[in-house]
Amino acid sequence: MSQPSLSSALGLSRRNFMAGTVSAAAAPLLASSAKAEAPAPSGPKLRAPVVASLRINQQAYELSLDTRTSLLDALRDHIGLTGTKKGCDHGQCGACTVLVDGKRVLSCLTFAVMNEGKDITTVEGLATSDGKLHPMQQAFIDHDAFQCGYCTPGQILSAIGCVNEGHAESEGDIREYMSGNICRCAAYPNIVAAVLQARDQTKGA
Amino acid sequence: MRPFVYEQPSDISDAVAIASRFTTNDDQPTRANAQFIAGGTNLADYMKLGVAEPNRLVDLNRLKDPGLRQIRVSEDGVRFGALVRMGEAADHAEIKRRYPVIADSLRLAASGQIRNMASLSGNILQRTRCEYFRETSWSCNKRVPGSGCAAIEGFNRQHAVLGGSDACIATYHGDFAQALIALDAVVHAEGSRGARKILFSKLHRQPGETPHIETDLVADEIITAIEVPALPWARRSLYLKIRDRESYAFALASAAVALDLDSDNVRDARIALGGVATVPWRARAAEQSLQGKKLDEATATAAADAAFAEAQPRQHNAFKIELGKRTLMRALLETRDMKV
Repeated sequence: MSQPSLSSALGLSRRNFMAGTVSAAAAPLLASSAKAEAPAPSGPKLRAPVVASLRINQQAYELSLDTRTSLLDALRDHIGLTGTKKGCDHGQCGACTVLVDGKRVLSCLTFAVMNEGKDITTVEGLATSDGKLHPMQQAFIDHDAFQCGYCTPGQILSAIGCVNEGHAESEGDIREYMSGNICRCAAYPNIVAAVLQARDQTKGA
Repeated sequence: MRPFVYEQPSDISDAVAIASRFTTNDDQPTRANAQFIAGGTNLADYMKLGVAEPNRLVDLNRLKDPGLRQIRVSEDGVRFGALVRMGEAADHAEIKRRYPVIADSLRLAASGQIRNMASLSGNILQRTRCEYFRETSWSCNKRVPGSGCAAIEGFNRQHAVLGGSDACIATYHGDFAQALIALDAVVHAEGSRGARKILFSKLHRQPGETPHIETDLVADEIITAIEVPALPWARRSLYLKIRDRESYAFALASAAVALDLDSDNVRDARIALGGVATVPWRARAAEQSLQGKKLDEATATAAADAAFAEAQPRQHNAFKIELGKRTLMRALLETRDMKV
């Protein structure tokens, strides 16, 4: 039944293949746009990259970014932390939720450069170094709180933030304060059960 | 998205100076080359969609003035620093106790994540989510002056029945603003022409013939604080929000109500409506209709009729008139029955 896909046969993952394609294609474009802007030296250097220092999962990263780069794209495309998911990219689905200085935010609606000096936590930063899952991750497994899993990293980060805010006192509370995380598989009852289980263990996490 | 230069000044005067250098007093803040950003939840979205096209962003989050991040409650009222986040104000114990209508309006708005990001000053300046405004291939007088309004003859179920014009019927979608206009709030702003106070009721402009002029602010003015005067009887207040889904949706109709009662008789009332108007909407005729009367279903109905007397329905939004009336009636009766 199973057929080896082209990419696995070539030893390429789809992501690596696409990343390679993009960087190869981008080089001539960047060169030509720099040339086009050259005649106006007094104008702002709009496309000049800026250096941004981001602290993600307790590790420092120094990136050279276009100012337009969202925190989400910086995480995924520039650092390779693809656990944070891009759903709508417009703040409507919650899939891109991360913690910034301990508070849950939407990484798609904040520019990476605005987050210099902040402490950013993504789903990759939740388990301990010996691989022990965060209680919220374990609770999602225990309660089968997902089906396709695409919204799950955002759900987990949002749930941790929700508990830390003190908004997980009841099932009703959890449903209301988790409403910014959409699950199109509709695993909501199991997500609520998972948040309840993890609630006492994750307070102050 | 249009490329932009990013600036992060540490003083208000520097932020104003940057904006002043790259804008003129004729520039609308929403159309200026240099624009301020705080939470970014509205602006970043609209930059991605090509609706907002600044080529310079002035980030206010590095401003040092601690007052910008404080909520100060005193006998004179409450002062919200402009950079206080929605979630902080919604969870503030004294706000919940003294001004439940404010705490409700913030708690029922957006999502937990957005409330952690969005500043109070940005929240009140949020721009409409009219579908024809959001999608740049449609004509929209607010986005491109003079291009026409696709909503008036289009699918206008979400649109306003109060405060519209032949040029624009886009709804003002905010919630907090309804509480602020009901409570006679004042906005403090600082710009190159100095500091000034603006009555909240004068901050937003009805569309008229110029829907692209959304507020009274000029392009280099920064909101620094929002003040709500003391109103002891505002402890009897609430915000009721009716939506297509139970949470994380804009209001189809909402009501901010505060009542000063002598047993069941109305000494004074404050009423504002959301989801149904082009700007934050104070329903003064409804307030007046209740003065000195016993608040019951009949007087609540009369107040609701007064509130929507001037309503102008379009093809798909006529339901908002009945929904808006019932929302206000329920809000009035629930406020009357609050235990304070």
